[in-house]
Amino acid sequence: MISFILHRCVQAVIVVLTVSFVSFMMFTYVGDPVNNMVGEEAGPAERAELRIKLGLDDPVPVQFVRFAKRAALADFGISYRNAVPVTQLLAERLPATLELVACATIFALTLGILLGIYTGIKRKGILSHAIQMLSLAGISLPSFVVGILLILVFSIMLNWLPSFGRGEVSAIGWWTTGLLTLSGVKALILPSITLGLYQMTLIMRLVRSEMMEVLRTDHIKFARARGLPERLIYFRHALKNTLIPVITITGLQIGSLIAFAIVTETVFQWPGMGLLFIQAVEFADIPVVSAYLVLVAVMFVSINLIVDLLYYAVDPRLRIGNAATK
Amino acid sequence: MATLTEGIRRILDHDLVWNLRSSPAAIIAAIVTSLLFIAALGAPFITPQNPLDLASVNLLDSELPPAWMADGVSHYILGTDTQGRDIFSLVIYGLRISLIVGFLSVIMSLFIGVSLGLWSGYAGGWVDAIIMRAADVKLSFPTILVAIMLNGVAKTLLPAEVFQKSALLILVFSIGISGWVPYARVVRGLAMVEKEKEYVQAARLARRSHTAIAVSHVLPNTLGPIAVIATINLALAILTEATLSFLGVGMPPTEPSLGTLVRIGNEYMLSGLWWIVIFPSLMLVVLILAVNLFGDWLRDVFNPKLR
Repeated sequence: MISFILHRCVQAVIVVLTVSFVSFMMFTYVGDPVNNMVGEEAGPAERAELRIKLGLDDPVPVQFVRFAKRAALADFGISYRNAVPVTQLLAERLPATLELVACATIFALTLGILLGIYTGIKRKGILSHAIQMLSLAGISLPSFVVGILLILVFSIMLNWLPSFGRGEVSAIGWWTTGLLTLSGVKALILPSITLGLYQMTLIMRLVRSEMMEVLRTDHIKFARARGLPERLIYFRHALKNTLIPVITITGLQIGSLIAFAIVTETVFQWPGMGLLFIQAVEFADIPVVSAYLVLVAVMFVSINLIVDLLYYAVDPRLRIGNAATK
Repeated sequence: MATLTEGIRRILDHDLVWNLRSSPAAIIAAIVTSLLFIAALGAPFITPQNPLDLASVNLLDSELPPAWMADGVSHYILGTDTQGRDIFSLVIYGLRISLIVGFLSVIMSLFIGVSLGLWSGYAGGWVDAIIMRAADVKLSFPTILVAIMLNGVAKTLLPAEVFQKSALLILVFSIGISGWVPYARVVRGLAMVEKEKEYVQAARLARRSHTAIAVSHVLPNTLGPIAVIATINLALAILTEATLSFLGVGMPPTEPSLGTLVRIGNEYMLSGLWWIVIFPSLMLVVLILAVNLFGDWLRDVFNPKLR
C-alpha cells in the first residue's frame, strides 16, 4: 500500500518537474528577456547590469530552482502581450474552463450511464444497434468537427443557441458563473456537448459491457428467482456494481477534459484558459504559455493521483490482492 | 495463366482474406481506406486543378457553391473557397498531407516503441524498469499538450524560415514521439514470453548475439499485435494532426492538411459559405472512421478471445 502510494507520488512529481523544466527552457531561451525590457539605446554596460540583476548570468540549474520557487508561489511574471500579471490572467479565465468541464462531465455521465444501461439490457434491439453504431462514429469524430456541425445546425440553421462566447455572466466574489442567467446557460449547452461527447461514448461502452457482465452473475439470477421487479434488479442490484469503474474512468478523464477544452474553447471562442493558452502560443507570450502548462500538469497529475488512491480505498479487493502477492 | 489463377485462389483462401470476407463492415472499411489512399497518391491526376499552384487559380471563380446548387459550376463539384481554389482539389491534397503526416508519425512511434519494448522485455532488470517508468510518465500527460509544447520549443529554437519550411517534419516529430507507449508495452510482454522458449535458448547456444536473437527471432513473433496497434495509432495520429492544425500549431495554410482546411473554412461558416468547412470535415470523419473500423476488425482477427 505505502509503496504503491509512494510510487504514484514519485511519478506525479517527475511529470510536474519535466513540464516545469520545458516551460522554464522556453522562458529562458525564447528571445532575450533583456531585449524585451530595455530600449534600443541601452548600451552593453546597461544590458550586462540588467542581466546580472535578473540573474541571467547564473548557471542554468540555479535559474531553474529560482523559477520553480517562484512557480510554487504562483508567480509567473507578467504577460508580454497583456502587460498584466500572468496569475491574474489565469485566475480570471479559470472559472470559465472549470464550469465548462463540469457541465461536460455531467452531460457525459448522465447520458453515458443511461444509454449504457439501455444498450446493456436490450442487447439485440434495433435501437441498441443504432446507438452502438453512433458511438463508434462518436469516437471517430474529431471534437472540433462536432463543434462546427453543432454550430452549423443549432446556431446558423435553426438559430436556437449562440455560437460563441459565454453569454451573460454573474460574479460571485472572484468567481464568475454563467449558470444564473438564461443566456449563460444557453451558451453552455453546445460547448458542453462538444467537449463531453467523446467521454459520453466511452462511459456508455463501459457501462454496457459492465452491465452485460454483471447481469450474468449469480446474485442477479437469484434476484430474478426471488421475483423482484426488473427495474429494481437493473438499478439497485446491477447498476451499483458497475459504478466503481465508471467513477474511476470519469475521474481520470477530467484531466484530459481540461486539456481538450483548448479545442472546444477555440471553436466556440469560449473565454477560458485554453483559449488564452492557444492565443499566447500564437503570439509567443511565453510567461502565459509556461504558466498554463505547469498549472495543467499539476491539475492533471493531482486529479489522477486522487482517483487512483480513491480507487484503492474503495475497492478492498485490490488491497487483498496486493497482500496476497507479497 | 494457371499459376495466376492459382495464385489468386491462394490469396483468397488465406486466413486474413477469409476473415475479411466474412465481415461486411470490414470490407467497406477496407475499400474506403484503399480508395482514399489511391486518391491521395494520385491527387495530381484526379483533381481538376492544383490548388497550391497560384497560377492555376482564378480569383474570379471565388466563393462558388457546390455544383448541384443554384449558382454552382460543374467544373467545381464541391464549390470554391474565397480565393477561387477548388474545394474538391483542396480536400484531396489535404488528405494527402494528413496521410503523409499520419504514416510518418506511425513509423516513428513504431520504431521507437518496438525497439524500446524489445530491449525492455529481452534485457529485463534496470533497463526494463527505466523504460516502463518512462512509459508511465509519458501516459500521465495529454499527447496534445506534449505536441503543442514540442512545437513551441521548435518554434523558439529554429529561425522563422526554417521553421516554416520544416513544419511537416516538426509535426511528425511531435506526434510520433508521443505514440510509442502501446507498442513498447505489448512488445515487451511478448518478448518476455518468447525469450524463455527453447528456440531462443538454442540460438543462444549457437552463440548468436543478443541483438541478433531479439531482432531475427523474437521480433517476428510480435508482428500481429504490432499491426493492430499501428492501425489504431494511424487513426489517432491523423486525429491529433488534424486537431493541432485546427488550433493553428500544425500545417501552415501554404501546405494545408485537412485540419488546416477546417480551420480556414471555419472563419467563413458564419457568412454562409458552409461548403468550405463541411467537405474537409466530412473527409476527415470518413478517413478516421474507416481506419478505426479496419483496426477493430484486425484486432478481432488477431485476438479471437475478444470476440
